[in-house]
Amino acid sequence: MRHLLSAADLSRDEVVSLLDVAEEMHEVQRRPIKKIPALRGRTIINMFFEDSTRTRSSFEIAGKWMSADTINVSGKGSSVSKGESLRDTMMTLDAMGVDCFVIRHGSSGAVAQAAGWVKAHVVNAGDGQHEHPTQALLDAYTMRRHFRDQRLAEGFAGKRIAIVGDLLHSRVVRSNVLLQRTLGGQVTLVAPPTLLPTGVERWGVNVTSDFDSVLERADVVMMLRVQRERMSGGFFPTAREYATDYGLTPQRLARLKPTAAIMHPGPMNRGVEISSEAADAASSRVLDQVSAGVAVRMSVLYHLLGGEGEAR
Amino acid sequence: MSAAGDSRVIWDSDDISRALKRIAHHILESNKGGDDLLLLGIRTRGVPLAHRLGAAIAQAEADVPVGELDITMYRDDLRRNPTRAVGPTRVPVSVDGRTVVLVDDVLFSGRTIAAAMEALKDLGRPKAIRLAVLIDRGRRELPIQADYVGKDLPTAPDEHVRVTLAETDGEDLVTIVSAKGA
Repeated sequence: MRHLLSAADLSRDEVVSLLDVAEEMHEVQRRPIKKIPALRGRTIINMFFEDSTRTRSSFEIAGKWMSADTINVSGKGSSVSKGESLRDTMMTLDAMGVDCFVIRHGSSGAVAQAAGWVKAHVVNAGDGQHEHPTQALLDAYTMRRHFRDQRLAEGFAGKRIAIVGDLLHSRVVRSNVLLQRTLGGQVTLVAPPTLLPTGVERWGVNVTSDFDSVLERADVVMMLRVQRERMSGGFFPTAREYATDYGLTPQRLARLKPTAAIMHPGPMNRGVEISSEAADAASSRVLDQVSAGVAVRMSVLYHLLGGEGEAR
Repeated sequence: MSAAGDSRVIWDSDDISRALKRIAHHILESNKGGDDLLLLGIRTRGVPLAHRLGAAIAQAEADVPVGELDITMYRDDLRRNPTRAVGPTRVPVSVDGRTVVLVDDVLFSGRTIAAAMEALKDLGRPKAIRLAVLIDRGRRELPIQADYVGKDLPTAPDEHVRVTLAETDGEDLVTIVSAKGA
């Protein structure tokens, strides 16, 4: 693997290997001494041009637990805010001998472009409304463990995954759809018509605006955050009305299969897209997703940097 | 018997069982019993060997915990090779304060054992670390010596010692394969 830019770049074997190694990394995470030397002497720069706590911390912890040197650069206070182009900033840091860039950027496609400017490996940590491949991987990891725990047949083939909410502004959904296409999960997207991305009919998944119609057959219900800033954007009338039509309310929770997993990439708006009853239910995997984030990112960094890569 | 080319069978299943039984008694003798012992097999073939040693110790004295150690991420040649698959590390009890016996099939350069000791350090602080190997083929690159050895088998650089076990390979054999005949 040279870069991780899109969930679509990964073959089935690569995904399986990433998830398998993540299992072993999860074991490291549970040790009293959380440190392995796998990336000793490697340097990783986390470049976050958008605010993020969980993804940035998760990448930073992943790198540090594997003994890499990790450095954080934010958009604010960097040379980019003085007017230097992203290209020049990247090339300057690359010239210092960095091994890997982990980039979050507000513009869709910016990360893929940046990968063309540098010799180092590049990981997409979220670009605009485009993709967030490590989130999709950690979701897949969480689902796989859930299926195993629930003694549902292991693997994704034929599993029904409903992704519900603001699909228009979500990069998580795109990466999940692409990854599940590789893994064989059956994705149904659920959203009000105003929050459907254009061209969604070409994604090769089922799309509906009727949440209740998918509840009883879903193996996984993934709720997406309603971004508060969208509430005044005319995408839906009121938060209350949204919660009634698209929220995972206690009534909808009761209709889910007992083995169905409840997931949410966070941060959650309790009472809007997800009720507290659902967020805290026994079948909620929300905290497992957070914990899986570090293990999966360790696995990604190990796959990129652990062996002789094509980069420097 | 697989005797293709220049390969010579050194030990068969009975020889291996006898050697393991002997090592098990040796471990119990030097540890003055089975208290605070932990056997850790180094993946891949060290794992079944550790389980067999554990069974032999249980038969002679008492149950001792057996675990497995994957050293992939501790290898000093990690960066020189394509990314390697990582296997599981399973340690059933805390290593703190225990005498940990690392178990492997062949002791050669000593680099695997050095990596295993580093891996062990990240799991805790054992009271002592000992090393049990089925075959010591010599040609060390690091100052490492085994405490319990099934057989010393000095080899030429172009020879390779192959241990196969029923659990991993279908049959128990120790073979020397010469590079010319391999």
